[in-house]
Amino acid sequence: MTEDEPGLRDEGQVATAGGAAAINPPDKQPGLGRSWWSLAYLLPALFLLSVVVLYPILYTIVRSLFDRTGDSFVGLDNYGVFTDPATLTSIRNNAIWVVVAPIVVTTLGLIFAVLTERIRWASVFKLLVFMPMAISFVAAGIIFRLVYQADPDQGVANALIVSVHDVFAESSAYPGAGPREEAELASADGGFETTATYGTGDTVALGLVGFAPADVAPEAVPASEPSGGDTLQGVVWLDFAVGGGGEEGTIDNDELGLPGVAVQAVQDGTVVATTETGADGAFAFEDLAEGDYTLALPRDNFREPFNGLDWLGPALITPAIIGAYVWIWAGFAMVLIAAGLAAIPRDALEAARVDGATETQVFRRVTMPLLAPVLIVVLVTLVINVLKVFDLVYIIAPGSVQDDASVLALQMYRVSFGGADDQGLGSALSVLLFLLVLPAMAFNIRRFRREQQ
Amino acid sequence: MTITEERPPPQEELARQALGAPRRGVASRIASKTGGGFVQIFLVLIAIFWTVPAIGLFVSSLLGSQTSGGWWTFLLQPTELSLDNYSSLLSNGDLVGSFFNTVLITVPSTLGVVLIASLAAYAFAWMQFWGRDWIFLIVIGLLVVPVQVGLIPIAELYGSLGIFGSIAGVVLFHVAFGLPFAIFLLRNFFAGIPRDLLEAARMDGASEWTIFRRVVLPLGLPAIASLAIFQFLWVWNDFLIALVFASRDVQPLTVFLQSQTRQFGESIDVLAPGAFLSLIVPLIVFFAFQRYFVQGTLAGSVK
Repeated sequence: MTEDEPGLRDEGQVATAGGAAAINPPDKQPGLGRSWWSLAYLLPALFLLSVVVLYPILYTIVRSLFDRTGDSFVGLDNYGVFTDPATLTSIRNNAIWVVVAPIVVTTLGLIFAVLTERIRWASVFKLLVFMPMAISFVAAGIIFRLVYQADPDQGVANALIVSVHDVFAESSAYPGAGPREEAELASADGGFETTATYGTGDTVALGLVGFAPADVAPEAVPASEPSGGDTLQGVVWLDFAVGGGGEEGTIDNDELGLPGVAVQAVQDGTVVATTETGADGAFAFEDLAEGDYTLALPRDNFREPFNGLDWLGPALITPAIIGAYVWIWAGFAMVLIAAGLAAIPRDALEAARVDGATETQVFRRVTMPLLAPVLIVVLVTLVINVLKVFDLVYIIAPGSVQDDASVLALQMYRVSFGGADDQGLGSALSVLLFLLVLPAMAFNIRRFRREQQ
Repeated sequence: MTITEERPPPQEELARQALGAPRRGVASRIASKTGGGFVQIFLVLIAIFWTVPAIGLFVSSLLGSQTSGGWWTFLLQPTELSLDNYSSLLSNGDLVGSFFNTVLITVPSTLGVVLIASLAAYAFAWMQFWGRDWIFLIVIGLLVVPVQVGLIPIAELYGSLGIFGSIAGVVLFHVAFGLPFAIFLLRNFFAGIPRDLLEAARMDGASEWTIFRRVVLPLGLPAIASLAIFQFLWVWNDFLIALVFASRDVQPLTVFLQSQTRQFGESIDVLAPGAFLSLIVPLIVFFAFQRYFVQGTLAGSVK
């Protein structure tokens, strides 16, 4: 036995050396037996792959040439679906998705990966941003339905932009207020203007309604009509007495003056002077030359408050859903790119720095080229994923805007199962989806073969 | 002499190199300090931005549907928070049933993929048979096949087999469409197992089955764990496949939740806690096994 051992060992060494070109381990048993055994290991996988994945590819292509029930052959008629408006919308949306989403996600991932390289709490940050990858599109969709609620008191997106907006543009004091129908004010350019003209020394009382007394600014006091003075003066007040009573068109007790209303004196269509009402609603134009003026209350007094954007409306729905997608996938790009960054040899960066390159130059000339293969893999993965996007659109887009938000995968579902039940058309859409991922398939196969060499 | 004097002590130089700190002038050092401050603030803002949507869901799930004001006002009136939504959720038969359906679909789908793919991956990595490399290339090609392609043909097939609408049908579909990724991931890992180990086992007269069970499976455990986690999350989170193949009485959580979104405003007291229930399981899995999850992501970024 001991004498045999060296021989056996030699044999093994020879076999290993000779088989170096092939990846295969040397055969101990005769080839046939080995083949038979490998079949047993492969059979379950190959059976399922053939029946549930491969066969449908072929069947879908055939099925797309038949009508809705599959009874009669219609040739390429189903592919006429690509000219109908609903399909064109979904193709257009898919194009937006494919162009925008992967680039935004990859860019964010790159920024996060680069910036977290030097901070101490990088792992916490990465964990937080990567977390959405673990949850379902359905849960993420519900999360973003909440975020995008139109009412700024419900949806955090609108709450945020309304508060930012209000910092820069003060909201108007009296949205929706206006004169009584028979009053002397007429609508003009979103605001109101007197129909009569006035001169210096006149006193004008302008009553407004359509505004709740409770919403008047707290500094307001009961209105009082100014008297005396030789300027053009007047009062703007809320012509509405709480608890009824009071006469329309006259200033009754306790009717509030409206402070902070801009009043313009207009002559021949140009604004000559501007003033603002006080706490009791009184205003006066000082130093006004003699003449005839109309008084205008410009529209800025009555502008409706800004209530944010209609995220779930037809115009913004696709960008809004892409926003949710970015929230989910940015972590994926970040983690892959961070791994790519970590794999870049420090020596290369150091060498460039020693040669006097600035950090920007190092990033552009050394880091980016070395990172390019990772970025391409991330982009390709995202493109494949985005082509198939379905759940997010289906959940986030309310029923009434699903036509505007539709993408190919959603269209395919709606045509085949969601009511229309035209599986011929659905198959044609599936074939299109399949054709769209073919380049990615080729990319994967080529990448794998290159890595094997 | 002068040169050696100017040079910093070698240890310091080494330490500096190890830390990767570039030589810089005072000005650029100050610039990078303040820049670092901006980076910190920016990243804190991003982290908040990324967390707020999920917190919104969680807080909403603790508020009644009649609450006025946004969920963020809970800080002003913390007494509004309660677990009422959750307790009424547990008495909602549809929801509890769909939760168990999700488990019944996810567990066999995960086990099935792990088992079948391990066997196949072993064959692709360490067995010799006709057309092996070509078949494996086909498997790689199948990685990107859209699920949509399978829906209509398999629906018809299931119809004629009588398993349309059943859990078995959903599981079978998940296993099959999970296989290309699983085989790809495991085969690459198995192929990296040192040849000597397998050779030694063969020398000792171990059968293929013994080698597979005693050598390849234990050594391949990290990859198998990655795969199991991935597949678990994928199936748990699936919506489309269940939407098509599961009938109403076996619908999983995702499909149940979607059916509630039609009256989004009114059903928020069911939707928010339900969605939270559906995402808490993946999150626990994610936090418990994040290492494997990240590894799987790195290894399989092709799907």
